[in-house]
Amino acid sequence: MRYSAFEILKQGLTGNRGWKPVWRDPVPKDEYDIVIIGGGGHGLSTAYYLAKEHGLRNIAVLEKGFIGGGNVGRNTTIVRANYFLPGNSEFYSHSLKMWEGLESDLNYNVMHSQRGLINLFHSDGQRDAFARRGNAMINQGDDAVLLDREGVRRHLPYLDFDNVRFPIYGGLLHPRGGTARHDAVAWGYARGADSRGVDLIQNCEVTGIDISGGRVTGVQTTRGAIRASKVGIVVAGRSGQVAAMAGMRLPIESHVLQAFVTEGLKPVIDHVVSFGMGHFYISQSDKGGLVFGGDLDFYASYAARGNLPMKEHVMEAAMTLMPVIGRARVLRSWGGIMDMTPDGSPIIDKTPVDGLYLDAGWCYGGFKAVPGSGFSFAHLIATDRHHAPAARFRLDRFRSGAGLMDEEGTGSQHNLH
Amino acid sequence: MRLPCPCCGDRDIREFTYRGAALARPGEGAGIDRWDDYLHLRDNPAGAVRDLWYHGGGCGAWLVVERDTVTHAVDGARLAAEGL
Repeated sequence: MRYSAFEILKQGLTGNRGWKPVWRDPVPKDEYDIVIIGGGGHGLSTAYYLAKEHGLRNIAVLEKGFIGGGNVGRNTTIVRANYFLPGNSEFYSHSLKMWEGLESDLNYNVMHSQRGLINLFHSDGQRDAFARRGNAMINQGDDAVLLDREGVRRHLPYLDFDNVRFPIYGGLLHPRGGTARHDAVAWGYARGADSRGVDLIQNCEVTGIDISGGRVTGVQTTRGAIRASKVGIVVAGRSGQVAAMAGMRLPIESHVLQAFVTEGLKPVIDHVVSFGMGHFYISQSDKGGLVFGGDLDFYASYAARGNLPMKEHVMEAAMTLMPVIGRARVLRSWGGIMDMTPDGSPIIDKTPVDGLYLDAGWCYGGFKAVPGSGFSFAHLIATDRHHAPAARFRLDRFRSGAGLMDEEGTGSQHNLH
Repeated sequence: MRLPCPCCGDRDIREFTYRGAALARPGEGAGIDRWDDYLHLRDNPAGAVRDLWYHGGGCGAWLVVERDTVTHAVDGARLAAEGL
C-alpha cells in the first residue's frame, strides 16, 4: 500500500472503499527459521530488523490477539533518553536516535513529535540531582537544559508555581524528548516487516515451547505446531507465563499501571511535563486529549484495570500541579500490565535453553524502547552476540548482583520501582 | 479492592502496604540459588496468588491474602504470624 495526496483525495471522494489491507494475513507454515512470540511493538520491530539488518526472511511473528491490541496500544506514548546509569543511558540514547530516523526508515508517519520533556524539581537537593542527571545525559551525547523557575514559567505558565508543599524551583528540559503515535508505530513496523516477507500471524497464541536436548525446536500454538530453530520471547506483561512454558522462572512480577485521557481540548500543553514528586506526568495528544498517568497500583495484577486509590492520587497530583486541569473531564482510563524487574531495568539476553532468547522486563518504559529493543534483540538472535548498547541487560545480574541498574536508587528488590 | 483483615474485618486497600509473594525465607546456610529464588524469581501467575500485605493503617498485622490477579477477587486473608 502506497499513500499519496492524490490517493487520499480519490478515496475521500469515493467513500474510502478502495483501501487495501496493509499487511497479509498468512496461514502459519509448519516451519520457520525464527519465530518471534509476541506481535507488540518490540516483537514487530525485532522481526523488522531481523529482515532489514540481517537479511533474514523466513520469520514468523505470533500474536495471540491482533496487531496493535496489546501494550503498544495501551501506553502514554512518551519517547525520551534521559537516563542516568551506564547500561540504560547508552541504550535509550541509541533508541532515541533510531526514533529520529524512524519515519524515513519505515516510510510511515509515526507522528514522532520532539516537543520537549520537562522534569520539574521542588528543592535545592532535587535541583542538584537533576543537574547531575542532565550532565550524564550530555556526556552520553544527548541534550539537557537546566531551567530555573522563570525558565519553566516561560514554557509552562499554567502551572501552580507557589504550591505550598511543592513550589516549583525549576526543571530539567530534554528538548529531544516528546511523543509518538503509538498505533502508527505498530502499524509502520508491521507493514515494514510484512513487506520484507515476515509472516505476521494474528489470533495465534503460543501454548507450549518445544525443547529437545536443551535446544528449542519449535512452539505449540492454537493454530498448530510450528518448528523453529530460534525462538524469541517478546511478550512484556506476560513474560512469566511464556517463560514457564520453557521451564523458566523470571525475575519479574506483573503490575498494573493506570493512565487517563480527557476529552479533546484546544492546544494547552505543548510539552511532556513530569511532576515526579506527585508521581504524575502529562502531555496532550494531537487529537487534543490530555494524556496523563501516575504510579503503579503496587500489587501484582493482570487485570488491565486499576483500583480507585491510585486514580484519586493521580487526580490530586494533577490538581496540585495545574489547577486549570479541573475544568477538563476525564474521558476514559485504562491499565497496562508491566513486566516489573527488581532493579527497574529490562532484559535482552539468551536463556539457558539454546536457541531461546528473551526480551522482557520493560517495566513502565517499553514504548520509547521499541526501536532500540527490536534492533538489539534482532542483533542478539541473528548473531548470538549482544548488541553493544543493550549489552548490560543481562538476565543473571540479579542472581550475581553484578551490573544492576537501579535507576531510582531504591534497591534491587521487587515492588520498589 | 477490600481485604478481609482477620482482626479488623473488610478494609479498604488504602490501609495496606503490599509486600509481594508469600514465600518462606531461606534458612541459615542456604546457597545463592535458594536466595536468588526467594529474592528475585517469581511464578507470577495470572490467577490465584498468596501474597503478603501489611495492615499499617489498621491493626499493624502482616497478612497472607489469597486473591486472583486477573479478577482482583479476594478469597480470604489470615495472619502471617500463623505461618505462610
